[in-house]
Amino acid sequence: MRLLPFIASAIVTISLVTVLNTQLSIGTTKSPKLGYFLSPQHGFWKNAEKVNTNFDASIIANELKGNVDVYLDDRLVPHIYADNDQDAYFVQGYLHAKFRLWQMDFQTRVASGRLSEIAGPDRLPIDRFFRRLGMVYGAEKTEANINANNPEMKETVDAYTAGVNAFIKQMDPADMPFEFKLMNYAPENWTPKKTYLFLMFMSYDLTGRAATSDLQLTNTRDFLGYDLFDKLYTNNQDSLDPIIPKGTVYQKPSIVPIKPINADSAYLHQSTAVGITNVETPLAPNKNNGSNNWAVAGSKTKSGRPILASDPHLGLNMPSLWYEVQITTPTHSTYGASFPGSPAVIIGFNDSLAWGVTNAGRDVLDFYEIKFKDSTENEYWYNGKWNTAEKRTEVIKVKDSADVVEQIPMTVWGPTMYDAHYQNPQSKGRNLAIQWTAHNTSTGVETFYRLNRAKNYDDYIKATALWTCPGQNFVLATKTGDIAIKQQGSFVARWERQGDFIMPGDDTTYAWQGMIPNEENPTIKNPERGFVSSANQKATDATYPYYLGTATSFPLYRGISVNQHLIGMSNISAEDMQALQTNNDNVFAATARPALMKYLQVDKLSPDAKRMVDEMNNWDLVNSENSKGITVFEIVWDSVTEAVWGDELKGSPTALTSPDDFVLVDQLLKDSNWSVADDISTKGKIENFKDQVTLGVENATKKLLELEKENKLEWALFKATRVMHLTKIPALSRMNLPIGGGKNIINATTEMHGPSWRMVVHLTDDIEAYGLYPGGQSGNPGSTYYDSFIDYWAAGKYYRLLFLAKEKLIQNERTKWHIQFKKSNA
Amino acid sequence: MKYIVSILLSALLAYAVGIYGNLPWWSFVVTNFIIAFAIPIKPAHSFTAGALGVGSLWAGLAFGIDMANNHILSTKVAKVLTIGDSYLLVIFMTVAIGTLLGGLASLTGSFLRNSK
Repeated sequence: MRLLPFIASAIVTISLVTVLNTQLSIGTTKSPKLGYFLSPQHGFWKNAEKVNTNFDASIIANELKGNVDVYLDDRLVPHIYADNDQDAYFVQGYLHAKFRLWQMDFQTRVASGRLSEIAGPDRLPIDRFFRRLGMVYGAEKTEANINANNPEMKETVDAYTAGVNAFIKQMDPADMPFEFKLMNYAPENWTPKKTYLFLMFMSYDLTGRAATSDLQLTNTRDFLGYDLFDKLYTNNQDSLDPIIPKGTVYQKPSIVPIKPINADSAYLHQSTAVGITNVETPLAPNKNNGSNNWAVAGSKTKSGRPILASDPHLGLNMPSLWYEVQITTPTHSTYGASFPGSPAVIIGFNDSLAWGVTNAGRDVLDFYEIKFKDSTENEYWYNGKWNTAEKRTEVIKVKDSADVVEQIPMTVWGPTMYDAHYQNPQSKGRNLAIQWTAHNTSTGVETFYRLNRAKNYDDYIKATALWTCPGQNFVLATKTGDIAIKQQGSFVARWERQGDFIMPGDDTTYAWQGMIPNEENPTIKNPERGFVSSANQKATDATYPYYLGTATSFPLYRGISVNQHLIGMSNISAEDMQALQTNNDNVFAATARPALMKYLQVDKLSPDAKRMVDEMNNWDLVNSENSKGITVFEIVWDSVTEAVWGDELKGSPTALTSPDDFVLVDQLLKDSNWSVADDISTKGKIENFKDQVTLGVENATKKLLELEKENKLEWALFKATRVMHLTKIPALSRMNLPIGGGKNIINATTEMHGPSWRMVVHLTDDIEAYGLYPGGQSGNPGSTYYDSFIDYWAAGKYYRLLFLAKEKLIQNERTKWHIQFKKSNA
Repeated sequence: MKYIVSILLSALLAYAVGIYGNLPWWSFVVTNFIIAFAIPIKPAHSFTAGALGVGSLWAGLAFGIDMANNHILSTKVAKVLTIGDSYLLVIFMTVAIGTLLGGLASLTGSFLRNSK
């Protein structure tokens, strides 16, 4: 019986192969298939790129019409020179895939609610949220619109898609990106729909906060009552310095939205809260998603030519949202930051002008409460009768589990996001339909496609007029000396507070009464003060004839800081603009600190608290990385706000929105008897600001002493800024970066959020441009180009961007590699 | 001589089937099995020949790649797999898997031949 050793040995071998070829569960995550992952010819080792890799290549692609030359510079930025536009976008798609394929796949999976398909049932809440929000619905509508009405954009996106897929087809499976191997799935072909899904994700990131904040504000109003609510969440921003200077005269509005007759009783003072069912975690984009941009006219610069600066503030991720590229064809030549997932340059410049964007922050998403006839949800009450709700079916595939099917009742408003089958702690059992401009057909990236080719102000106005969602402040500077800013998007003509809360869904008078015509959107060209700027503040003062949305959507202080600096500057150089983008002055604290000190009863403080107050008072009001004073100020401020309104907000069954800092500062400055200061939990005693500020400082001191013990009082150590890999795995991220800045600061770098692309463009004859983003051109964690810009970014430094004609670029010493794209071998 | 040939063949064929990204990563198990079945040496020798063949191939490849990469990725992988923060541990794990599976595959082939 000599078969026995064979059988035993075979069983051991096969078992070992099986174990090493299986994803093992480690806690809530799954390991890669270890044998595969560690195999030097298949697994992660294949992604360990030589530090001195030669990126030269010759690629045959029969989809091309002509030949394309790509030169990579020393930062791995491709400079694409193509015979025609479609070939250029084909190659842009190819390069995005070559360097960022996993990220492109992952981001569109998030947007389309397809994470469970690769990661299992743990991700179902996220997938359901995005499905019910109508992300796929919106992308499909845009795709259908472009296919039917816009052959030029269809061609562009098709060429881009073909380029991505040409790369995937040529890729050896052993070379597929690291994360696919780690998570054990494979890339699938790109489609135009994925590009539109990606753009939907940007709409969500920049306008989707209302999907959560409208519910929170409604619950906050229900909990506090409208009168107290209106105090804590006031729409009056006394210190507002709007994008369009105060005193600008606006033309007569073409739409005068009429507030429904019953709005006071049935809407503002309404309270509809019912029981909580089926709890799921709500998601919300970061409140600080915002940005700075500005342009200074030649009258304020050393050269006499305009300078433009743009730095979008978004979540800090690796691989970065951005990918630098130059695209040069016979029709145009442009350079800037592009989105892996979309053709064209998004923020950048061409040989005539430069442009940048910040988020408009306008409310373009509303909820309407729906009454269904019965539990089938087939009919809903609207306009005095029962109406049919067609069902939209969304099938979510789940790894190692059965499909989950969402049946979403479609109403006159839009998809019913929340119903008996889908609730979260904020929706409180209501049936809520969502109306969102991102669901309306959009023109995709046509605005940016046209900006890439724009020659002057008129082209810029035409290009931006096509933009619908997310609303943006488009800044412009041209070589010929024009500067301008326009807030553009598809904006609802609202009556005061329309859509801040959930609206009645049966009443036609609560419908949107029209969209504001493009030419009435806030715009300014070549203003007398010699600059234009925006930093997510309200675009206009109260004389603008339309309601912009609740003040909590509009941060105040960055705008004030930008304008204060720009007003004081003259003889400006590009370096001055870089210094301003990385400026750490804290104008909020400059107002808030003296306001606090006005009330602080220093003689009542403990010795430790006195020491902390000294630290705060000796601080130079700059959020530099090694400052301790800012850490003390931040914690003191938070403790004081908690002391002032924590008691009012306490006891709510759902998380409430915190009131904004400006509300307290304004009250501290003008009213020492603000009723909110009283602690309502102490009976028979009325507290005032003096009591609460002093209490706040004492409470803060306890926390500060702990931080001091841990040696974390220094701002950068306390703040712990990091650039996280999209999977949130720390080993693939960059943690604890030495960088200052923060909330309310021009250098808006917080814990995981901040300037995601910094660009300064001096509109000289040759275009003098600088820029960088916190990441690297390669999405491969095994590449030296994965995080190559991060230290430079943290240090506030800039790269000179190479924007040259082909012959000059070839000769430039920073040009390193050449990738040749040819139609055939011939 | 047969022993040396076994080692070399094992490494060579493992490398050859590894070139094709479409073949599964464990294809060398099959090639080692066939080599050990075809070349008559003692099972214990078969085991060490297969282990040395694949083990040294994987060690060579992993070390070579890692050096050229300045340990960038292996250091990250060590942390991702929560086995420490040294690239050496990742190389060790890699080589251990190649060695063990290579040896077992050859042993199995050798046993099958001996069972006739």
